[in-house]
Amino acid sequence: MAIAIPPKARLIGRRLLQAAPAIAGIVIITFLLTRALPGDPAVYFAGPAADEASIAEIRKQLGLDRSLPVQFLAYLGDLATGNLGTSISTGQPVLTELITRLPASLELTLIALLLSIAVAVPLGVLAATRPDSWIDHLCRFVVTAGVSLPTFFTGLALVYLFYYLLGWAPPPMGRLDILYLPPDPVTGFYLIDTVIAGDLQATLSALQHLILPAVTLALFTLAPIARMTRAAMLQVLASDFIRTARAAGLSRRKVLFGYAFRNAVLPVITTLGMVFSFALGANVLVEKVFAWPGIGSYAIEALVVSDYAAVQGFVLAMALLFVALNLTIDIIYTLVDPRLRLED
Amino acid sequence: MKRRDFLKAGTATAIGAGMLPFLKVLPASAAVADTLVVVTGTTINSLDLHRTGTNRPSYQVSVNCYDRLLTFGTKTMPDGTLSYDYSKLEGELAESWEIAPDGNSVTFKLKDATFWDGSPVTAEDVKWSLDRAVTVGGFPTVQMKAGSLEKPEQFEVIDAKTFKINFLRQSKLTLPDLAVPVPFIINSKLAKKNATEKDPWAMEYLHRTPAGSGAYKVERWDSGQQLVYSRNDAWKGGPLPAAKRIIVREIPSQSTRRALIERGDVHLSHDIPAKDAKELAAMKSVKVVGAPIENCLHVLCTNFNFEPFKDKKVRQAVAYAVPYAEIFQNAAYERGAQMWGGKSFEPSDISWPQPFPYTTDYDKAKELLSQTAFKDGFEVPLSFDLGTAEWGEPTALLIQEGLAKIGIKASIDKIPGANWRTVALVEKKLPLHLDNFGGWLNTPDYYFFWAYVKGNLFNSSNYDDAEMMQLVNETLHMPMDNPDYAPKIKRMIAKAFEEVPRIPLYQPNLDVAMRPGVEGYEAWFHRMPDVRTLTFKTA
Repeated sequence: MAIAIPPKARLIGRRLLQAAPAIAGIVIITFLLTRALPGDPAVYFAGPAADEASIAEIRKQLGLDRSLPVQFLAYLGDLATGNLGTSISTGQPVLTELITRLPASLELTLIALLLSIAVAVPLGVLAATRPDSWIDHLCRFVVTAGVSLPTFFTGLALVYLFYYLLGWAPPPMGRLDILYLPPDPVTGFYLIDTVIAGDLQATLSALQHLILPAVTLALFTLAPIARMTRAAMLQVLASDFIRTARAAGLSRRKVLFGYAFRNAVLPVITTLGMVFSFALGANVLVEKVFAWPGIGSYAIEALVVSDYAAVQGFVLAMALLFVALNLTIDIIYTLVDPRLRLED
Repeated sequence: MKRRDFLKAGTATAIGAGMLPFLKVLPASAAVADTLVVVTGTTINSLDLHRTGTNRPSYQVSVNCYDRLLTFGTKTMPDGTLSYDYSKLEGELAESWEIAPDGNSVTFKLKDATFWDGSPVTAEDVKWSLDRAVTVGGFPTVQMKAGSLEKPEQFEVIDAKTFKINFLRQSKLTLPDLAVPVPFIINSKLAKKNATEKDPWAMEYLHRTPAGSGAYKVERWDSGQQLVYSRNDAWKGGPLPAAKRIIVREIPSQSTRRALIERGDVHLSHDIPAKDAKELAAMKSVKVVGAPIENCLHVLCTNFNFEPFKDKKVRQAVAYAVPYAEIFQNAAYERGAQMWGGKSFEPSDISWPQPFPYTTDYDKAKELLSQTAFKDGFEVPLSFDLGTAEWGEPTALLIQEGLAKIGIKASIDKIPGANWRTVALVEKKLPLHLDNFGGWLNTPDYYFFWAYVKGNLFNSSNYDDAEMMQLVNETLHMPMDNPDYAPKIKRMIAKAFEEVPRIPLYQPNLDVAMRPGVEGYEAWFHRMPDVRTLTFKTA
């Protein structure tokens, strides 16, 4: 006798199962790719004045003297116990680093994304409803500027203007003012943790520090969202059912938000998923400019010095994040699109 | 089970030493009056210099948090800035020291110093620490060896406050080598308590938790973000530092660091690019202090593995085809010392580094080249380390232009930092490349030992010369007042002039930007910020 499983749970289960081979593939590929990186970590970490013997010693310590399959098995064994190894360049366990750094990146990316949605979606909708008006041109300008300005440039320009010249923004020295201490980590999101700790002054400081980097990143992510909203709205507004709705005398508001927007939002959600993932990548430069202790700068540093454990840990964490992200988007889909619900 | 530990570590406020009570928010007034903020572009990756993989920026923890037996004195430079003084050794933990009449050992009397936990610093601690440095392998052991400190048997505890080192050979490098950041003295009782059978030297523990007697304790370390020092009021190693708390923040973006120091939100920006140094120095609102790094040169290396460079005349032709003045302007921004245009091929003194007798003279270069089998020129890749692209890139481009004028076609080859050591220093297979070696111990023979002796790490030119090797071996341990010393060193320098396996471009500066109220900054060979001497007054 089959146990009745609610369709949503079944969907989640199926998606999770589908993710398993992808993750297995990622584990293998990152392992091989890191080994294919140029450079010899043992020589690098032995330091400038090392001799042959000390390099060999370090190679042994890193386990790099063993054959690839043996290294891989050891890696799998570690993974199974939740041990991602120790990053030799930062000297910290990779898991600890990820736990402390990932929330910093996520907080920044999420806030930036919320900001850009708040601007881009209305902008796209307005541009679509009034083609070739000034707002459409504004939309086009913002989109072009957002795509073509490199984030580190926008970041530096904002720092120059708001910190260096005007002095409105706090010093770009990370997530909190130098006089504040990080709150006890609960979520790792300073905005939330400082509230939990009841330290509203620190919340304010965290927010102030977040604004410039978030705006920088938002400018960058705004473009695809606005474009996609505009295109999807235009397409939907030109379709038959909208014409019918209009002909039936429904109010403009009802047509626009009840029917058109609801249908246009599907491709926008897909885009959001993509934008979120590449925003996490684009973070690197923003993190560098604002000394943001995030995951992007960590990964780049690790890559430059062939720090195997850190690179593997980072890619794996990102892979898991993507699986979770895609799952979330699929679930949102079922909420928005009734057709998907009918399938089950 | 491990996973749980990591999660726990993640939930603790800070990794490592951040367990001391630290107010939620520092009172702003106290912070302004007593806290000094330093920014750097590099990351500290360990609090223990002896650990495998500890990077150079981390050496500052050894400098500021630990004591050594000896340290160097201070001298005032002609321009009024302060520098360490290689010629003057002073006691840090040592009250006094005495070389035995036979010259084969030295005995130290220790000061009545205590570690941070209040326990006394004893000869046992000194022995354990030096044993550790010569045993753990890697860089610390190599550096100890440079001072002929190689075996634990050399180190002898006489009584609680008396410590003896037996020499393997009499060497002028032994005592100075005790003042470099490597042989720092650890609280051995505390370390041993945290050692395990697998980890007898407590590498895991000391990596995050320093245990020393130095001027500053580590109050908290947020890896990749900041290191907070707090003053040890019971410090015996020297005069009590002025700043009660020093925050070293890591700011990767160079432009951001510059904005911070210009706006005055930080007190000191360490190791700034030459371009910024030049511009900030001109602006006067920020104080820039820079001194040429002792015993360090930016050089162009011609590798003997590459057929044309086996010919001395080709190497000399290259040396005449380098646009030195342009490089000094566009890569060094005139921050450093010129190393070209020396008067004669016979050095008049033993100062090192000193200008080589080459200038930019394309006619002479062409003439020299025409006397060789390569008169029609040749092609050669010119490599540099991407990690040093700041000066490497403009330098390489200018050299490429210069060489083109005498018919040598150089193609620029950028090598990522992670590969650099392997290909340039270990395999030594780059035909023409830029290098920036500097020796910690400031004697010419020490530089020559690393850079001109076959097989040694920084001899990336594969220079192999029996006479040079013999000269280096004879002078390396010889006291500098030995009558044979100066003539031999002159001969070494003359050979370097004549044979130019390494063509010096300039001696680089280490530049530091400070707010006007900050005083007491001292330039050190280890290129780390020594925060112990800094004083500041708020405007």
